[in-house]
Amino acid sequence: MSVSLVLIVVMAALYACGVYLLLERSMTRVLLGFLLVGNATNILILIMSGRRGAAPIVDGQAAPVDFADPLPQAFVLTAIVITFGISAFMLALIYRSWRLAQVDTVVDDVEDLEIGRRGVPAEEEDSQSDGDDVAGGDTEFGDRAEAAVPTEALRRTAPGDTAGSRADPAGSSRTGRSRTDRTDQPDESENA
Amino acid sequence: MSFLVPLVVLVPLLGAAAALITGRRPRLQSILSIVALGIVVVISLVLLVVVDTQGAIAVQVGGWEAPYGITLVVDRLAALMLSISSIVLLAVFVFSVGQGQADGDGEAPVSIYNPTYLILATGVFNAFIAGDLFNLYVGFEILLVASYVLITLGGTEQRIRAGVVYIVVSLVSSVLFLASIAMIYGALGTVNIADIAQRMDTIPADVQTIIHVMLLTAFGIKAAIFPLSFWLPDSYPTAPAPVTAVFAGLLTKVGVYAIIRTETVLFVESNVNVYLLIIALLTMVVGILGAVAQADIKRLLSFTLVSHIGYMIFGIALGTVEGLAATIYYVVHHITVQTTLFLGAGLIERRGGTASITRLGGLLKAAPIIAVLFFIPALNLGGIPPFSGFIGKVALFEAGARLDDPLVYVLIGAGALTSLLTLYALMRAWNLAFWRPKADVDDHESPFTEHLEEAPGRVAVQQKRTNPRTMVGATAGMVLVSLVLTFAAGPLYGVAERAAGRVYGSNEYVQLVFPSGEGETRGDDSSPAPTPAGGPVDEGSTP
Repeated sequence: MSVSLVLIVVMAALYACGVYLLLERSMTRVLLGFLLVGNATNILILIMSGRRGAAPIVDGQAAPVDFADPLPQAFVLTAIVITFGISAFMLALIYRSWRLAQVDTVVDDVEDLEIGRRGVPAEEEDSQSDGDDVAGGDTEFGDRAEAAVPTEALRRTAPGDTAGSRADPAGSSRTGRSRTDRTDQPDESENA
Repeated sequence: MSFLVPLVVLVPLLGAAAALITGRRPRLQSILSIVALGIVVVISLVLLVVVDTQGAIAVQVGGWEAPYGITLVVDRLAALMLSISSIVLLAVFVFSVGQGQADGDGEAPVSIYNPTYLILATGVFNAFIAGDLFNLYVGFEILLVASYVLITLGGTEQRIRAGVVYIVVSLVSSVLFLASIAMIYGALGTVNIADIAQRMDTIPADVQTIIHVMLLTAFGIKAAIFPLSFWLPDSYPTAPAPVTAVFAGLLTKVGVYAIIRTETVLFVESNVNVYLLIIALLTMVVGILGAVAQADIKRLLSFTLVSHIGYMIFGIALGTVEGLAATIYYVVHHITVQTTLFLGAGLIERRGGTASITRLGGLLKAAPIIAVLFFIPALNLGGIPPFSGFIGKVALFEAGARLDDPLVYVLIGAGALTSLLTLYALMRAWNLAFWRPKADVDDHESPFTEHLEEAPGRVAVQQKRTNPRTMVGATAGMVLVSLVLTFAAGPLYGVAERAAGRVYGSNEYVQLVFPSGEGETRGDDSSPAPTPAGGPVDEGSTP
């Protein structure tokens, strides 16, 4: 079985980039990483399907020996559809997370931090918690990104009811200069 | 009876569609969903009886012959898993309907919840009857995507935080699974499980090992075995009680089921049993040590869940028919009991306003029924004699002792220790929540609560709510099922033994899918279970 070297190089590059992105803190980059790794796996399936050949259509003229193997192509199609669905869900999740916390990063696990702080002397504790806050600024939307809805307003209202909190006048008045007009058009700041 | 097999998947799928259409009428939607799950319970039980008396069923979907078409296989193992999982799914669904009616739609938007739950059921059932690896992958994806929705239900900050971890970890395991399917196809030119089993000895041993380890890693993440279990106690407890219950009961067991198939049908030659034994040991001990330190009942239960997966891996790693039979019985027992405990924890949380045992107290007087409903499965999980947990553990230890291997004796000791620690953690939780007088909660220092870890974030003390009869009834039903497992242990263990006997060694599985045979002698259903003569067992367990 001979395999195209180009495909192997492409697959390796996609896996490398994908794994790198998966380890990032920003959820948007994690999603991109997942897409790359998924496509790398699709190429792996393609590589494993053997030599290239004619379209596997039985028309009486082409000999079956010349056909490409149709089964891996069906696998790839199925895998693409599944990846597509999951990406859509992930995008919705990222948007939701960003609306809630104003950042799209993976949020610190409170318990992990707690365990990490154990054994650190008390005077060093403050400097360590500062470091965590700085890390939160690394988002796809930059440090300037502001949420369409103030987090406090969301927390006060019932979970799941974002439409109601968006119109909450008390919440929007607390948010200061540029946030007030964005409250009316929550989607605009996503593009910023 | 083979027409029943596809229905196991089709009925919940159509039920999900119907539930989606009737989203505006919650009552009708719930009834439709219950009917769909009820039908599956009946079908599964019929299949179990048919398969146990007349032998396993293989269905070639669309009439395409085995290596080309999609094969569905129901043998005793699959039928047993189908039966117990459909019963659990139905009971938990009734519980969640009760909760939805009591709380309104705020906590769980019913119009999304019901169809997603049925899709989850579809994925679980599909994974159990899949006869080729790619169909198994699709089954996994169906149940995982549904679980992503359920675990982030309501979209609160905490659930999104936990959900992201869960989703990313599951995605990685899925990609790993898909990549190993690609490797298998490249090496063997097929994804049909029976066909793979036939051709496995034609490829070099090192290639076998690579594929084997890749598959085990992918399934190990799903089953939450030790180094890959970190995500579970973090993500499960944040979901609503019924969702956590069904995840805890079923999702990890689908991973265990896949590992059973991998070890017994696919890779009979390639052998990693020694490593599996060590992993089982670590899973049991590390998991239960985590549970002992937890104050939050749901987190405590999540850690015991991880820990008890170790018992099942132990049974699989023994590599004998007895070990596998004990594992199958243990899986059935554990699905039931773990789900019941999580449902009980849900009731406690509603009644006491919190799930933290440092804040709970005096519930015995306030809710004696919940006290009983939590006490029985707690004893059961800890392995107190009359109950099914005891039977399962003794069977496992007996199967292990027969191998007469130092490493296995270490595992038996660790298993007994884990069992005791489970009992300690659960009884402490029960004592503090139910037996401790209400007055002692705030000012009284108890040596039992000193070193406990609260759940991360704020300890939520919610409004205390009464539990509607539907929820208590569903939990009581599950307790009843666990008692049936105890009283009917004889016949049930017989089924598990026969299932293990037929599963072990791929011959029967292969002949089922390829009835024309490849020159092998056809297995007689009444013949005694094949003993693992020589083969993987003896080589593997000698260090």
